Formats: sequence, C-alpha cells, structure tokens
Amino acid sequence: MSEEISTQETETPPEACELTTMLEQEFPGAVTGFHSHRGDETVIIERSALESVCRFLRDDSRCSFEIMMDLTAVDRLEMNETPRFEMVYHFKSLTHARRLRLKVRLAEDDCKIASIHHLWKAVDWYERECFDMFGIVFEGHPDLRRILMYDEFEGHPLRKDYPIDKQQPLVELKEVEERHVYGRHA
Amino acid sequence: MTDMTVLQSRSEDASTGEDFSASVMSIEIGPAHPAMHGIVRLTTQLDGELIVGMEAEIGYLHRGFEKESENSKWIQVIPYTDRLNYVSPLLCNIGYSMAVEKLYGIEAPRRAEFTRVIMGEISRITDHLTCLGAVAMEIGAFTFFLWFIKAREYLWELVEEMTGARLTTNWTRFGGNAFDLPDGFLSDLSDRLAKLKEVLTECDKLLTRNKIFIDRVKDVGAISKEDALSYGFTGPMLRACGIPFDVRRADSYSVYDELDFEIPVGSTGDCFDRFLVRMEEIRQSISIIEQAADKMPEGPFMTDERMMHYPDKKDVYGNIEGLIDHFKLVMEGHQPPAGEIYMPTEGGNGEIGFYLVSDGSGDPVRVRMRPPCFNFVAAMPAMTVGHYVADIVPIFGSVNMIGGELDR
Repeated sequence: MSEEISTQETETPPEACELTTMLEQEFPGAVTGFHSHRGDETVIIERSALESVCRFLRDDSRCSFEIMMDLTAVDRLEMNETPRFEMVYHFKSLTHARRLRLKVRLAEDDCKIASIHHLWKAVDWYERECFDMFGIVFEGHPDLRRILMYDEFEGHPLRKDYPIDKQQPLVELKEVEERHVYGRHA
Repeated sequence: MTDMTVLQSRSEDASTGEDFSASVMSIEIGPAHPAMHGIVRLTTQLDGELIVGMEAEIGYLHRGFEKESENSKWIQVIPYTDRLNYVSPLLCNIGYSMAVEKLYGIEAPRRAEFTRVIMGEISRITDHLTCLGAVAMEIGAFTFFLWFIKAREYLWELVEEMTGARLTTNWTRFGGNAFDLPDGFLSDLSDRLAKLKEVLTECDKLLTRNKIFIDRVKDVGAISKEDALSYGFTGPMLRACGIPFDVRRADSYSVYDELDFEIPVGSTGDCFDRFLVRMEEIRQSISIIEQAADKMPEGPFMTDERMMHYPDKKDVYGNIEGLIDHFKLVMEGHQPPAGEIYMPTEGGNGEIGFYLVSDGSGDPVRVRMRPPCFNFVAAMPAMTVGHYVADIVPIFGSVNMIGGELDR
C-alpha cells in the first residue's frame, strides 16, 4: 500500500526519513517498505525482525521510544490485499519528540507474531485485545486470553468476515470459582 | 509497603492454587460496586487488609465502537464518539474530526479551530471536575463534590447553548463545526468562568490543605516515572509523575501553539499529585479559554472545500452542482483519499489517538481509538499492591476510568 500512497500524493518516489534509513542500516533486509503519508513516518518490517527492531527502538539513544502508544491490527480482506493482516505499532519518543509507526504483515493461515510484552508493560493488555478482536496469536505472551469479550465468545469480531449482526449462543451461568480456572495462574 | 518483592511472590504463590496460604483470601470488588466509577471487576488477593495481588477484568461496557464505525460512513461515526468519554464528549468529537481532516489533508478555518479550543477546554474542565469531585466524595468530602458538580453544571449549560445537548453533542464536522458561536456566547462564557473561579477558590480552601484529605491521598498509589512510561501513561497521570508530556505542546495541533499555558507536573506520582495537577490544569484551561475568546477571529466556521460538508439548501434546490454534491454525500458518504493516519489529541485523561485507514471508498477500513484509561486500568495491580483495601477507592478514583472509552 505504501508505494501507491506516495505516488498518488506527491508523484515523486518517497524519500526515506531519518529513522527509516537508520533501521535499514541496522537491520539489513528487514525493512520491506516505508512511507510518510501526512507526515506519519511508517516502516514495514519482516515478521522475524520485530523483537530485535522493537528492542533497538526502545534502547538505542538515537531512538529512545519510551512509550508504546498503541498496538492494533488491520484486516485487509475487503481491500483485496495480501497478506491479509497488518499489525500496527505506534511509538512515541519524548526525548526526540517524534513518533513512529511500525507495521508487520501476517498471512491469514499463519497469523502468529512474537510477543513484545517484555519490552513495554503496556503491551500485555494491547496484545490481549488484539488477540480478542482479530485472533492474532502472540507467541510468548504469558496470559493470552480474551479481554473485552467473554471466554465463550466464538470468532473474532473485528475480522471483516465476522458479520456485524451475528448472534452468539447464550452462555450458562457459572460459579465464580469455575470462572477462575483459566488464565495466568491456572 | 514493607517489602514489595516478598508480597509479590507471596501473591503469585497464592494464586497458583494448591498451596493457597490460609491467611490470603480472594475478594471480588465489582463489577457493580458503589465505590467503582464504572463497571469493572477487581479480583483482589488480601492478607488481612493488605492487598497482595490484584487482577482487573474489563469489557463490561463493550459496545463494539470500532466494528460499528467500520460498518458506517465516516460522518456517521461522529455521534458514536460522543459515547466514548461521557464526561468530555467534545474532546472525542474534536479528536475524530481532526483525524479525518488529517486524512483529507485539510484544515478547518481559524474561527472553527478557536471555537474548538474553547469547547475542548470546557470539556477538559468538566472532565477534571467530575474526576476530582468523585474522588473527594468517595473519601468523605461530600461538599466538595456538590460544589464541583454545581460548577460543572455552569459549563454544561454552555455546552448545551453551543451544541443543543449536554452529553450527546455531535458537534464537529469534517473541516469545521456544526454551529458557529451563538449570540452572546462569549459574554455568557466570561460570566460562567468567573463563577467557576469562585468555586475553585472555595474548594481549594476547603480541601487542598485539609489534613484528613491529605492523609487519605498522600503517598497512596504512587507509580515511578519508568513504570508510568512503560505502562503507556499519558495525560494528568503521567504529568503527576513529573514528566511534562502534553500532546497540546508536544505534538501541537489546532491553534494551541498561539496560546500561552503552563504544563503542571507533580513529583511523586501519588494520588495527591494527581489531584494537584488536575486542579492546576483547570486553572490553565480557564486561561486558555480566555485567551482564545480574546483572539477569536471573524470568518467562516466551516471549510469551503467541495464534498466536505453538505451544501446549503438553496444550492441543493437551486443548481445542479449542489444537488449532485448533496446526493453523493448522502448516498456514498465522504471519501477521504486512500491512506492511513494516526492523530493524537490531548483528552481529559490523556492521549486520545485515532488511527484511521481509508481505501478511498466511502467506507472506513479501520477506525481505531486509543483509549487513555486502558493503560491506567492495566496498571491498577502495580499501583495498588502493598496498599490497603480502603486505598483502592482514591487510587481508582484518580485513575478516572471511563467505561465508554475503556471498553469501547
């Protein structure tokens, strides 16, 4: 998608921003695309490089992204793009006063990605929400279960092939103790 | 707070099941509890009155905002944004409209931006008044609550004057606002601000140096700078830890760069600092409103770009371009160019970020809202473990959880 946007908007090939160049140098072959549509610097990377790139972004003094602002996914089913899913990470650096968007593409039949919960504490819940809504599996997450929906919910509501008016079966009332067998400490 | 690590490991042992220490018991607080602001369930592990473990469960108010938005037209999302934060709905309206404007690559006229600043700051004040009033009430200062709600009422009347509604405002549009300033609004505004300042002075005398109040909030629920950043804190909660990050300054949007205001910060990040930061932010917001009212420029309150706003009725019935524009906007909706943007704005609680993806058709591909209090509730265990049960009330109050934006 990146190339199309840039050509539509400016008709000149996109110019790599500072962070993009740095990531390309530090992780040769990991950066597969970039754009800065409306000034939002965006880098698309390989799935395997996610953990090391995120660690670099947090720890390197030229980056210092202290805040993991947002983590979500996009289902591109209706845009007819492959691979189907796109993970979107937003970072904010207070030291350098800038933001970065990192994207990783995931195929429908293999929507797994490494968890980065150990780098920022905020990621724990964000990844749970993303799993809940899109069914993306975060490998290494200590407690990957639904957060907004209930455990018996079938399907992942923000996928484009989940109908908006779908009815879910009623769930039997359970005792409190029973509800507690799942989860981190089970 | 004697030995956090010992307590932590004890709680983890306790919750693995079998070797459940007899002295630790599990208490459910919520989902519906008088001391909870919204519907959220806190499963606490208690050793006597000491909290040794906590798990927060959310999702009780999930209404599928994102799913619903992705099945609507861009303009139809604005009323849903009212329901995200129901103590400062205008800030969500403004955040969403600015995000779509960024997607289009246009800006609203200056008069619209100044009006948005005024209404946005009014909403920030109502947000802080509600939060502080509720905290004070829950720990016994009922007068403070009543006076603050009285002050909030002055402001909600202004909101009603401008938008026609108190909560379901639906006020912004892409490239401007639904309405211009009503007649006499600015003079009403200065009257109301004067009254608000009186209430603030009174309440300040009543509570800020009150020993009983300070005992309940000082050194309670503190969180370190590093943890706050790692948990993704923004807004007053982060500033109370001593980090002067305010989106209005850091990623200056609208006309905030022309206005003069201070960013209050705390030092320890406890509930008392959060209280002081919010109190000072109310004063700063009043000053911002006064400056914006003084600088209010003349001019249009809606952009004149085609296909951004519904044409005037005289054009719809009077010429073919107006008729076609109206037809296409109603039937096909707004069609922002293909692309993706993230637009951060400063909400009452922290950074409200809208991440929007458009494919160029009238239907949004992705409407994602970053809720500021999601991170705060995620950090509830970190803030409460080591304190007593009674401290949950001021801690959870200072978090200012808003179920609408937390669960969406």
